[in-house]
Amino acid sequence: MDHLLNVITAFSLLLIGLVLASVRRAHIRVEYSVSWLLAALVLLVLSRWRGLEQWLGAMLGINDAPLALLMLAGAVFLVVLYRFSLIISNLKDSNIALAQRVAILEFRLESFDEKNKVAAPR
Amino acid sequence: MKLLILIPAFNEEGAVGSVVEEVREVMPGVPVLVVDDCSEDATCTVARQAGARVLPLPHHLGLGGCVQAGYRLAFELGYDYVIRVDGDGQHDPRDIPRILEALEREGCEMVIGSRFMNGNGGHSGFLRAMAIVFFRAVLRPILGRPVHDPTSGYVGVNRTALALFSRSFPLEYPEIEALVVLQRKKFRFVEVPCHMRPRRAGRTSITALRSLYYPVHVLLGVFVNVLKFEGRRK
Repeated sequence: MDHLLNVITAFSLLLIGLVLASVRRAHIRVEYSVSWLLAALVLLVLSRWRGLEQWLGAMLGINDAPLALLMLAGAVFLVVLYRFSLIISNLKDSNIALAQRVAILEFRLESFDEKNKVAAPR
Repeated sequence: MKLLILIPAFNEEGAVGSVVEEVREVMPGVPVLVVDDCSEDATCTVARQAGARVLPLPHHLGLGGCVQAGYRLAFELGYDYVIRVDGDGQHDPRDIPRILEALEREGCEMVIGSRFMNGNGGHSGFLRAMAIVFFRAVLRPILGRPVHDPTSGYVGVNRTALALFSRSFPLEYPEIEALVVLQRKKFRFVEVPCHMRPRRAGRTSITALRSLYYPVHVLLGVFVNVLKFEGRRK
């Protein structure tokens, strides 16, 4: 099981590194990187802190502490994914409203131009 | 009375021209607006050549977003009635006067052109027919009355419904959810018999996979809208 914990530690460190590199290159906005960094930090701390891990296992009624850690990791990432689903839904709604507004404004501008062409003196 | 004929279209270059021409024949002098959902073919050009005004969307929004863009524009331009006709030629424009007459006579917010009120429902495929039977049963207790053709996109709305739909309109597979939205606002609808024809060109957007996803999506949409009922929040 130590091996599994080491893998989780390595994965957490990799995730933190990846997120920080993406933030540095402006591939991900800071406010959206926070969820991932928090999730990775939680995993990192739990994978290295045996006492906390065992307490967590006992709380969840799971004798196998690393399994409890995996379950918690799954739950944490589900919460992160849910948060991003909310953000994406909001963005999609805004995007649709914006596209409709652009189309309507273009249409009205075109109509306005046509009227002006007709009204303009030769 | 200001009436607008709204034609949502996506890759309908083979049919939209004749639909616009037929509409203009039946309703001379009535403006026809084709909302082009970012087609990859010549839908825009064909529609313009046939005499329609075109509202081209900057990117593909899907049927609900496309129809809502038309409703928004119609509302802003002060139209009293909007009748939606599909761009694939399935809706017979000769039924438009009947829908308009029902809108004016009944004073209801929406009129649905129903293919099942004159025994002319034969052009719907097997899966669609099954969906219609299923959603009739689902909607019956929600609406408190039967609806013959809940998936019909051949609808006319008055300015009150136009105001509502320009603010809030279901984005995908909107027909059934729109009925629940209407009911939520205690708006009325009536059905009138209409003729449906086979599509003239192009392909339906409802593939085999989507036809499996369709009832799940619509059911969830109906459920969400039922939960929003003002009366049930208390």
